[in-house]
Amino acid sequence: MAPAIELVGVDKRFGAVHANRNIDLVVEAGSIHGIVGENGAGKSTLMSILYGFYEADAGEIRIDGASRRIRSSRDAIAAGIGMVHQHFMLVEPLSVLDNVMLGAEGGALLAQGAAATRARLAELGRAYGLAIDPDATVGDLPVGLQQRVEILKALVRGARILILDEPTAVLTPAEADQLFEMLRALRAEGKTVILITHKLREIMAVTDRVSVMRRGEMVAHFDTARTSAQELASAMVGRPVLLKVDKTPAAPGEIALAAEGLVARDRSGVARVDHVSLSLRVGEIVGVAGVSGNGQSELLLALAGIAHPQEGRITLGGRDVTRLSPAALRKLGLAHVPEDRHHMGLVLPFEENESALLGYQDDPAYGSGPLLDRDAVRADARVKIRAYDVQPPDCLLKTANFSGGNQQKIVLAREMERDPNVLIVGQPTRGVDIGAIEFIHKRLIAMRDAGAAILLVSVELDEIMALSDRILVMCGGRITGERRAADTNAQELGLLMAGVTEKAA
Amino acid sequence: MTETIDNAVFVLASALRLAVPLLLACLAGLWSERSGVVDIGLEGKMLGAAFAAGAAAAVTGNAWVGLAAGVAASVALGLVHGYASIDQRGNQIVSGTAINMIAVGLTALLGAAWFGQGGRTPPLEGAARFQPIALPGADAAAAIPVLGPIYRSLISGQDALTWLALAAAPLTAFVLYRTRFGLRLRAVGENPAAVDTAGISVRALRYAGVVICGALCGVAGAYLSVAQAAGFLPQMTAGKGFIALAALVFAKWRPGAALATCFLFGLLDAAAIRLQGVELPLVGQVPVQAIQALPYLLTVVLLAGFIGRAIPPRASGVPYVKER
Repeated sequence: MAPAIELVGVDKRFGAVHANRNIDLVVEAGSIHGIVGENGAGKSTLMSILYGFYEADAGEIRIDGASRRIRSSRDAIAAGIGMVHQHFMLVEPLSVLDNVMLGAEGGALLAQGAAATRARLAELGRAYGLAIDPDATVGDLPVGLQQRVEILKALVRGARILILDEPTAVLTPAEADQLFEMLRALRAEGKTVILITHKLREIMAVTDRVSVMRRGEMVAHFDTARTSAQELASAMVGRPVLLKVDKTPAAPGEIALAAEGLVARDRSGVARVDHVSLSLRVGEIVGVAGVSGNGQSELLLALAGIAHPQEGRITLGGRDVTRLSPAALRKLGLAHVPEDRHHMGLVLPFEENESALLGYQDDPAYGSGPLLDRDAVRADARVKIRAYDVQPPDCLLKTANFSGGNQQKIVLAREMERDPNVLIVGQPTRGVDIGAIEFIHKRLIAMRDAGAAILLVSVELDEIMALSDRILVMCGGRITGERRAADTNAQELGLLMAGVTEKAA
Repeated sequence: MTETIDNAVFVLASALRLAVPLLLACLAGLWSERSGVVDIGLEGKMLGAAFAAGAAAAVTGNAWVGLAAGVAASVALGLVHGYASIDQRGNQIVSGTAINMIAVGLTALLGAAWFGQGGRTPPLEGAARFQPIALPGADAAAAIPVLGPIYRSLISGQDALTWLALAAAPLTAFVLYRTRFGLRLRAVGENPAAVDTAGISVRALRYAGVVICGALCGVAGAYLSVAQAAGFLPQMTAGKGFIALAALVFAKWRPGAALATCFLFGLLDAAAIRLQGVELPLVGQVPVQAIQALPYLLTVVLLAGFIGRAIPPRASGVPYVKER
């Protein structure tokens, strides 16, 4: 049987960036094929070429053995390719049925195709365990179900080849397992699945074969059964990598930061943080696990003094700091690495040395009175660049021109090099490549060992488990459980993340 | 009793006349914004259309030619806005404002140059103007209490463009909610990426929205100069395009609500005219400006509290760029 997809010498440039270099890829029909690579390795570009979002500069695409030109998404759909994008391509105010019908209406009047689409949805629901209410408004559905709508959209259009781009980023571990079950069911029906992810655990769990991309090139192909996460990681980075973080048991001291009964409501009055109490001791890392959007962001903002809680009390070293500003907290030795470096951590059009000073511009070391001493600012930036191995090491370059990992290092260097007593850090490695992750993790552990108290919020459960000494799980704004990292596992944490509380578990 | 009914019918008929251009412009804005293109240039398009319609009707002596000229002028202005907003991904507010300014200047300039009547177009008579259409038996029915005067003065005696405007609202609702084109148009105003990945052209849909908007603005403009008045006057739109935008927000971008809102605004306008110089008990003579301000005040007050948040189509005003 001919391979479902065969790419021969596919090449794509965006100006000076060579996003895909001479890519060869064979995806066998009826298999689940993983594609891994760091951010910017060219995975998404390659899939966008396959789905007709961009046209390749050179190369050939063969579908089921026949050469095809795919110039638009319409061509891709006609060739039997369906895609589930990382950021869902859904129209939120419309119903599930309208979203599924969009582009496949079956006639000029909606009524002409509605009944057939309903029947097809019901049929697919039964066949693959994808049941859904066709009249529900998509925006009201939880993300897991929204993803289901995306998959149904592709299947209703008759997709035989399904591409999923980072599908588990928004799912709880249990939802991810459900998704994998469904992918296996699709494979059993003879469909071909391409899974793009950076989570090696998922690749090992569900794929038949895996291809590795690095800097725009396809560098290796493996049979999943004959490789290991370690080997894949090394192929992705191009050198041996430590996946496990080496650390000694924590020696927690006195309480550095404590919160009691914090409540943070959003504009419509919903408690995003719902009576959260926690304490953080000197010399330990406390991880806050949870699916994105369960109150972790609001908790970070409250603790960092950016959005004061409506109820509750925060103490730093025994002193009440509930109503203090971020600047006052910084002076008291509380540093904050925000979750979204583009939104809160950096000013992208600024030079590196300017971004490296944000929040500390009043420090006398950077000049006296209203004036900044630019030489001192730049000298300080250069020291941090060296200490954190920021690439390229140029403090005059615009912040926007650094890669995600190096931008994150700029923020971390700014906040961590002042030896704060308490560090609150959100998503330290989001969009950061494996090499930089390794570096950041080592730094966090070193800071802990030097006696800092660290609160780590991350949606990456692996990261929480690797770094934390204690783990708090948040779901729906509440803390649904607390575990010592040594005594728990992903399954138990997954249940807590899904809101299954102590008693029920 | 009879006098009260006559009075009421008079105010209602006047409200309808004032509501027609608002309704057409409001539906025009609805088509554009539902497709994701914010159109602050309704006013300018209406004004341009009013001039083109007035001029063409005066020259040819045919109201329908006037209408066609008005629609063509308005669609042409709409295409300029479309090119700036869709192809060039320009700022849609700036482009719309530019169209408003161009329309004011150009109509006055061309009017003065062509007709030499201070920017006016020559007065229209007979077939050069849309005339009231008398329905059968209107006069005979007048004797029937209540229903008679309503039939004679409110339902009968409307011109073709009024009927067109009243039909446009349900037609818009039908196309928007019941057809393939409507579904795609609603989707492209909310999330163009979803439309693009479904293999549908975002550009074509947005141009369609802009062209329909232009056509409806054209009818609105033609109504002003060739039906309501007998010729074009400089700046005769007098802010109606902006009131139509307020009505669009008030109606939350829904065609049924747009119909009701525009009639309400027309009613307030008619009341303002009726109340000029009238002494009200306790209040005394109400300044006409206060009543003329009512539609605006109503929009602000009701939007602030009573009808909840008006959420525009999410992608309206945002040019679509394929992410790299």
